[in-house]
Order: sequence, then C-alpha cells, then structure tokens
Amino acid sequence: MMLQIQNLTKDFGSLRAVDGVSFSVDKGEVLGFLGPNGAGKSTTMKMATGFLAPTSGTASVCGHDIQTDPLAAKKCLGYLPEGAPAYPDMTPESFLEFIADIRGLTGSTRAQRIQDVIRKVHIEGVMHQRIETLSKGFKRRVGLAQAILHDPPVLIMDEPTDGLDPNQKHEVRLLIKSMAQDKAIVLSTHILEEVEAVCTRAIIIARGKVLFDGAPAELTAQGRIDEVFRRITTGDRIAAA
Amino acid sequence: MRNIVTIAKRELGGYFSTPVAYVFIVVYLLLAMGLTLFITRFYEREQADLLAFFTWHPWVYLFLVPAVTMRLWAEERRQGTIELLFTLPVTLAESVVGKFLASWAFTGIALALTFPIWITVNYLGKPDNGVILSSYVGSFLMAGAYLAIGSFVSACTKNQVIAFVVSAVLCLIFVLAGLPGVMDVLSALPDVVLQTMRSFSFLTHFESIQTGVIDLRDITYFLSLIATCLVVNAIVLDMKKAS
Repeated sequence: MMLQIQNLTKDFGSLRAVDGVSFSVDKGEVLGFLGPNGAGKSTTMKMATGFLAPTSGTASVCGHDIQTDPLAAKKCLGYLPEGAPAYPDMTPESFLEFIADIRGLTGSTRAQRIQDVIRKVHIEGVMHQRIETLSKGFKRRVGLAQAILHDPPVLIMDEPTDGLDPNQKHEVRLLIKSMAQDKAIVLSTHILEEVEAVCTRAIIIARGKVLFDGAPAELTAQGRIDEVFRRITTGDRIAAA
Repeated sequence: MRNIVTIAKRELGGYFSTPVAYVFIVVYLLLAMGLTLFITRFYEREQADLLAFFTWHPWVYLFLVPAVTMRLWAEERRQGTIELLFTLPVTLAESVVGKFLASWAFTGIALALTFPIWITVNYLGKPDNGVILSSYVGSFLMAGAYLAIGSFVSACTKNQVIAFVVSAVLCLIFVLAGLPGVMDVLSALPDVVLQTMRSFSFLTHFESIQTGVIDLRDITYFLSLIATCLVVNAIVLDMKKAS
C-alpha cells in the first residue's frame, strides 16, 4: 500500500474534526475525497501529509510513518494544499527552482523535471511573472507543478480544480488520469462529476466520519450522484459495499 | 545543511524582490549616519573613533529590526505557504534557522554598507581599527539577538503589525534593562535583581564589546539568546501550525 491511513482522529478543543478515518490507496488508484464543507477532508489531508499531528491514529506513505519518519515519508509525497499557496513575490520559475532544490534535484535532472512540469501544466507563458500577479487558474497550476515536480509515488491534492475554468478543469483531469497508472492519488473535491470523470474510488466523509467507500459506479447505481451524496451526507448511512 | 542554505537563499531573495529591502537599507543608513553626524556631532567631537556611530545602534535596531522580522513567519501563515513549507522534506529546525540566517545576512548587508564612515574616520585620523572591527562584530551579534526575538514573535501571529509592535517592545525591555537612568529608578530593588537585569541587557554586552575586547562572555550571551529564541520559535510553530 502506497498510502495507509489508520484510525486518524483530530480534535480541535472539544470539536472532533476527524473521527477514526481509515483507508488505504494503492498504486494505480485515484481516490476521490468527497464531503460537504467542514466535513474533515482538508484536516485528514493535513494529517496524512504531516502538517498536522493527529490526536490519534497513524498515516504512512510508502511504508514510512509520517509522524516517526517524516522526512522519508515527505520525500515520497507530492502535496497541493488547499488554495495552492505559493510565495507571492517569486516567479513560477524561481519558485519551482526552490522546490527542486529542496527536493534534492540537481543538474540535468533538475532542469529536465522543471521543463517537464512546466509543459504538463501549461505555464510556459507566465514563468517570469510574479506569482501574486497571476490569475487563480495559473496559481493553481503553479501549485500543481510544485506537487508533481519530483514525480512522487503518492500525490495528495486538496481541491486541485477549484477556481479553474471548464477547459482548465478538463486539462487537469487529463493530467491526473495520465499520471494515475504509476501513482497513488488522493484528491478532494466538491464537484461530483469530477469523481465520475477521474476517480477509481470514492470516499464520502461527513462530520469527520467515513460514510461511504467504494467505486463511483456504486454511487451512481443508486440514482443521480448528487442525490446519493445528499442522502449519505445528511444522515442515512448506506451499506458500503 | 543544504536545506538551510536553500531556505535562506529564498528568504533573502524575497527581501530584495520587493522594495522593502531598499527602503530598509536607505532608512537605516540615513538614520545611522544622520544621528552620528548631527546628534552626536561626529565631526565636532574631533575624535578618531566611531563611538558616536555605534552608540546609536541599539536604538536604531529597536524599530528597524522588527520591520525586518515581522513578515518572517506571520506572512508564511497568512499566505498559507507554511503548509507547503512544512510538508516539504525539511525539518522544523532547518526552516527556523534558514529564515533566521537570511534575516541576519540581510541586516549584515545593511551594516556593511555603513563602511563610508569607517573610511571617513581613517581619512581624518588614526583610529584604532581593532576597536572598530570589534564594535562591528558586536553590532552584528546584537542585531542577531534582536532578529531572533523578532523571528520568535513573528511565529506567534499572522498579523505583521502585531509582530512589529510586540517585538519592538520586547527588544526595548532588553535595552532598557541596562540603561543607567532606568537602573537609578529601580535602585530600591535588591542588588542581585539589578545585577541580573543588567547582565541581561543588550547595552551591557554591546558596550563591553565596543571597548575593543571581544569577551567570550558577551559572545556567549548573544549566541545563547539567539539560540534560546530560535528554540522557542520552533516550539511555537510546532504547537500552533494550523491556526
């Protein structure tokens, strides 16, 4: 298993944001993380990537526990945080060079990887513009470029298509699909069609708990996907296959 | 080590990619030189030393250094890049030290740009350059202490204005603790307390280095203050990353 999440729980004060979430993702899988706002999607991702320490439970990336062996785990991991944060006073070029240095890429591999991701996310035209001047769509793509720069075996993306126009969304989905064969991918989204379009598996989470874990086809089999989603997240737990 | 350099380079580049760096350096130089020439009357003193110049450093740093450090972590939090940084394969210590070193290097550049006054004093007379060198070293070490305090405060908030004000006040306490006037007011306190306060003051140690003797105790004082602040800085970040 490339990514293994076991019983992750996170309390903020008296609020339990994530409540015993477990799942694992293998190579070739694209896991769609679905849920209403405040369901605990981002918090789960923040724990899986080592940004937040869980109250209890464990997460491991490529066999490395994110708490006890964070550096090894983080090396195997590409992460696009919510909102695709990047240093606003840098250009995409200097930003990607910085990430490449931190990732330990050197020499021709470094140049090659940077050129590769620039082409993949189509940011050739804005490489010398400051990131703060970029549109939301370009910012998102710079964030995406950063996450896949070191060709990580595990890729976690928090709302990768948020703020993109329909064409850009389509492109990002194609990109995700093209990487799916040799990576374990987790992405969170509000967009239900996205799950049908790119994911091999879907997890629905609400109030910190996993309410559904299965193939997107199982969801659509029960009716229109948005209605099924509403039914699940507003109370009635359905039998997960 | 490689990561520290990478982070420091990025941070230092960040200073110079905005007008902040240039505004800071110009204001710093104008202030340092202006105070030296017009208030402590560098020329009229007719002394071949830079005492009139270094006397001002604790006061100039007091409000310029917090301006350098206020964005260090507060901005990282506000932009959300802290989440990016801490999910990259770097340790917390590397991030804290890297950013601190960048701010120290930046202040060092500003300090080095005061060299014309050194040339001036050498042109006009025969100063003791050993004393001047040790004063520069002392000023640089003291700047490091201010920066470490500022970096720690910046880690506590995402608001740069709060970071600025709180670090300036904290640094002020470290300056005032050794100021003769303040010591007189507090003379009712037991001698042990006064001694301790004085030994914690920037002024005491900076003045001691300014005599031209780089005492191991003064170096230890500044370096251990820096180390302590950076450790607390890291602890604060670890405790309240998400907020």
